[in-house]
Amino acid sequence: MSATLADPNAARAHARSMEGTVVEAMPILPPRADDLPADVTPDDLVWEETIAAGGYASRALARGTRLRLIDLAGDACASLLLFNAAMPTERLNIADTVKVQWDAYPSQGSVLLSDMGRALASIEQDDAGTHDAFCGASNEASNRRRYGDGSNSGAHPNARDRLLLGAAKHGLGRRDVHPCMNLFKGVRIAADGTVVPQLGPFAAGRSLVLRAEMDLILVVANCPHGLDARPWSITPLRVTAWRGPVTAADDPIRTATPERLRAFLNTEDLYRR
Amino acid sequence: MKNDNHSDGLTGPVIHDEIVAARAPWMHRVNAGETLRIVDLEGNQAVDFLLYAAADDAERYSAQDTIAAQANIFLRSGSVLLSNEGRPMMTIVATSVEYHDTIGGACSCESNSLRYGHHTKAQHACVDNFLEANLRDGRGKRDIVSNINFFMNVPVEADGALGIVDGISAPGLTVDLRAEMDVIVVVSNCPQINNPCNGFNPTPVRMIVTA
Repeated sequence: MSATLADPNAARAHARSMEGTVVEAMPILPPRADDLPADVTPDDLVWEETIAAGGYASRALARGTRLRLIDLAGDACASLLLFNAAMPTERLNIADTVKVQWDAYPSQGSVLLSDMGRALASIEQDDAGTHDAFCGASNEASNRRRYGDGSNSGAHPNARDRLLLGAAKHGLGRRDVHPCMNLFKGVRIAADGTVVPQLGPFAAGRSLVLRAEMDLILVVANCPHGLDARPWSITPLRVTAWRGPVTAADDPIRTATPERLRAFLNTEDLYRR
Repeated sequence: MKNDNHSDGLTGPVIHDEIVAARAPWMHRVNAGETLRIVDLEGNQAVDFLLYAAADDAERYSAQDTIAAQANIFLRSGSVLLSNEGRPMMTIVATSVEYHDTIGGACSCESNSLRYGHHTKAQHACVDNFLEANLRDGRGKRDIVSNINFFMNVPVEADGALGIVDGISAPGLTVDLRAEMDVIVVVSNCPQINNPCNGFNPTPVRMIVTA
């Protein structure tokens, strides 16, 4: 230990001297962003954070909140878990999401469905279009094979263990890390079932806006996609969230298909009390 | 059940042999080294299938880990069924069906209300079978994850269209699964009557375990 920090006053001064340090990956409190959509007022901003390459975050989001994800440098991979905040046993069901909408490739206009037949969130805007409902999170074993180490405490953390930490901070555990949705890194499925990855790197600044259709717990990890064979390649992910109105009856996503309409009817029924 | 060929090709003594009724749940422990054969007795009967590690049931089958590791959505002979922690749980050592599904998930009362309308909400569904079986063993809703559908056909078209279509199984076709660790197998013999997964007619299946 440094001699100058041998007493608590010196240690306090040292700690407080860090005030004002700015790094790339950090939350901004109170949130501030200079690139909000024209119809969003700064007072409605609720979250502004850059998630590190290999990092994670989790947060409660109110119904109606818009969550914008930006792949700042073109190599982010946002692995997403979603829970009903009021009853987290209800969570994203990836199989139902693709099956109910008859579509393997969620993109703008798609709805992320819960295992209770409800709309959890909608993809309101998507200028990326490369996403993955099939391959899920890397795990400690897969990262160890690829990078020599996959632990949270090492240089190559795996997405599953990142999601687990984020979930744990909302009281959730190993049974709650459900199959996830990967955003920005995509796959396509060939006729013989082969998974064809779309891993980029892509143009910097691609973005996606999710709309919370119910009160949510969101967990997001930003680790390399499990099929990414390059040396460790992942770049920071920016998240911005602002308050917004609950989806209206004539919303084009809500009314686009009979299946989506019934998912919204089921969500609206949850709030009919 | 003696005068049939359902056990052809199996080696080792039969230690369990059971018919699972149409629409019913089933749960059984299969120890490392044992082989489970599932027989599609009448053809095109979806068998919704989950696995839990017997020693630690927070470790369970992961469709996504399995798909990522083999870079293919179809389960074929040789597919290794991985856990959410990336460990082999079972291996498909043989199957007389070309491939099986693991992207279509399980039917539920709730998803039926989305796919077909709220008039189907009261119909029996696989998630209710999964719940019934798991609840007997101390597990609950959090433990139900994306499953396998043996004998079910879910292609993905070039434009991304995905759906349950007519099956590619037939009466007497089988899948053989060798346990790579001690596992708890939880099955729903699918009761769905609103899509082709069971030929619109749920039927029994047979489970044979050999040592």
